[in-house]
Amino acid sequence: MPAFHAHVEVTHLPGIADPAGATVERALPALGYTNVSQVHIGKTIGLIVDAADADAARAQVLEMCERLLANPVIEAYEVTIAALEPQA
Amino acid sequence: MSARVGVVLFPGTNCELDVVYAIEQLGGSAEILWHGDNTTKGVDAVVVPGGFAHGDYLRTGAIARFSPVMGAVADFAASGGPVVGICNGFQVLCEANLLPGALQKNAGLKFLCETVELRVETTRSVLTGDARVGDVLRVPINHFEGNYVCDERTLAALRSDDRVVVRYVENPNGSLDDIAGICNGTRNVVGLMPHPERASDPIIGSGDGVVLLESLLHAATRGAKLPA
Repeated sequence: MPAFHAHVEVTHLPGIADPAGATVERALPALGYTNVSQVHIGKTIGLIVDAADADAARAQVLEMCERLLANPVIEAYEVTIAALEPQA
Repeated sequence: MSARVGVVLFPGTNCELDVVYAIEQLGGSAEILWHGDNTTKGVDAVVVPGGFAHGDYLRTGAIARFSPVMGAVADFAASGGPVVGICNGFQVLCEANLLPGALQKNAGLKFLCETVELRVETTRSVLTGDARVGDVLRVPINHFEGNYVCDERTLAALRSDDRVVVRYVENPNGSLDDIAGICNGTRNVVGLMPHPERASDPIIGSGDGVVLLESLLHAATRGAKLPA
């Protein structure tokens, strides 16, 4: 069965506090970067999934996001799927 | 006969002995429920105590909700058994969908460790049956992620169904509608961020949590009971 790399980006839903992002945003002007706004810090989850095809891989990862990887009450997520090159 | 209270212990839980002590001081008996065992051992009530279950990895409560004991806790709750989640336990019950909404990081971006005032908003819950509406209780909080949030429809339902159990008199963490604790639709599952067990004796600063824990013990002796 082919293997796919899944890249999951979890971010806060609009209106949900992002204290890490807010803190970095306040720190950047101290280094002279005064033109930066809307700093956002989320998290990245990478994994390999064996699946029949890319669609099946994506469907499974989306399901895993709903059930564990993200909390849909406070978080949004984006999934990118890429086929792994077969090892030579 | 005194009520038997099961206190859930995940790896990373750290308030279980405080809860056991408070329950026993009030005449109940307490039993630790190990997270890996899929049973509530026939207890009359369950407390999910505070701490950092499974290290709070991924999100607070996210991994804990899949511990085997949580299946038994869900069954116990569905049968009408009293379940109370305190602090991290509240976060676990939200992740487990036994309570609606979620707890996000405190609005002030600080870990809060202080005694706050809570106003009892309803006596129709397993944690407030012996209190009076409007009672103001001094109870400690100890959390970084206690800022309650839910969607508008959920908030409207919590308000109209009288399911906000306790509110902060002065909101310390940005919680929506000053919410410190809520209950489920059948009023037997309660979650709150403040720690009643840390206000169970004037010698530790406040005895105001006693009325809450006694309410739970009384609900437990009345409540539904599951075989082990």
